[in-house]
Amino acid sequence: MGSWKVRWGINRMEYKVPPGLYGVGEPGEDSPVLITANYKMTFDRLRKELSGVDAWVLIINTRGVNVWCSAGKGTFSAAEIARMIAVTNLSWVVSHRTLVLPQLSAVGVAAHKLLKMSGFRVIYGPVRACDLPDFLEAGMKASPQMRRVNFGFADRLVLIPMELVRVIKFVAAAYLVLFILNFLKIWSVSFVATLPYLGAVITGCVLTPALLPWIPGRSFAWKGWLLGLIWAIALILYSSPSIPSGWNRALVYLLILPALSSCLAVNFTGASTFTSLSGVRRELKVALPAAIISAGLGVILLVLTQFAL
Amino acid sequence: MKYLKNVVTLELDEEKCAGCGICAEVCPHQVFKLINGKAAIGDRDSCMECGACAINCPFSAVSVAAGVGCAYAVIKGKFGKGEVCC
Repeated sequence: MGSWKVRWGINRMEYKVPPGLYGVGEPGEDSPVLITANYKMTFDRLRKELSGVDAWVLIINTRGVNVWCSAGKGTFSAAEIARMIAVTNLSWVVSHRTLVLPQLSAVGVAAHKLLKMSGFRVIYGPVRACDLPDFLEAGMKASPQMRRVNFGFADRLVLIPMELVRVIKFVAAAYLVLFILNFLKIWSVSFVATLPYLGAVITGCVLTPALLPWIPGRSFAWKGWLLGLIWAIALILYSSPSIPSGWNRALVYLLILPALSSCLAVNFTGASTFTSLSGVRRELKVALPAAIISAGLGVILLVLTQFAL
Repeated sequence: MKYLKNVVTLELDEEKCAGCGICAEVCPHQVFKLINGKAAIGDRDSCMECGACAINCPFSAVSVAAGVGCAYAVIKGKFGKGEVCC
């Protein structure tokens, strides 16, 4: 239930566990020490996967953010781990000097520096908590599979609600503006007439992420644009006989819908597990101006057909 | 899934490399290989510039302009709101 709420962005930044040293099973002085973030979803996953294992779990303060993001942001760091080792007197609790860190925390932790700071040697464990029992069983050896980050269909689906939550306020604002325009009798728009745009929003934030690997091309903006174009063409083919000013409307759809979908699709780069900063910068350099010009022309045409023609 | 070709800033200085293999261990996309006791960049386009290899290399042999590949953060950054995380 808690993780369902978090996936929809409800109190997402307040889903925390107090930092400290926790025992799983019946750990002793020889038991392994696992380090993790204080995001409650992270800790709950870890705890669940460790059933049947005796281990210490040292939770550091990442302000309720997951391992990968907090390491990227600098809160999951060698300094914070060293601080928590001191606070919890870990050197007295265990007789060995080895820490198991989640592999994705390596973005923020320099293992050789942590050794100097704390006297503890770092072993990077698997990416996913579910591989931990096998990893420990194998004498703390991770297989190549354990080290690889995947981004399968299910991995992408769980991220889509957050994409929707991000755009929902913009959609609501747009409907509010339309409602006011309707109310003041400046421009009367039926709900049905807004559906093509709503469809483009869904295409950009739901369909593109879900179908990501099967859409041709590499750039996210391109993938979103392509699906938006298909949506626009489908609409035009479907509705062309019934619309009197067919060509104007078709052009408006072609200019606005793919651009809208493209902009929303490119936003998913931040949730994906394989996009680089240099790559995102490069695709934005082309995609953003192109989308703004295209959508801008579409809006001008829309206004012209509505009022002047 | 592959991202754009020939954009990443990942560099390896083979002179400095001592072949400890930590880069290959921490890379989430298996970009590095160990060949004859030295690290080598294999599948370069798979690099996501997370920076795990560079920060963990004890010999400073790996360099990369690390950051998060997030359009939202890049756009916000451009409009003068500084660095933003997703």
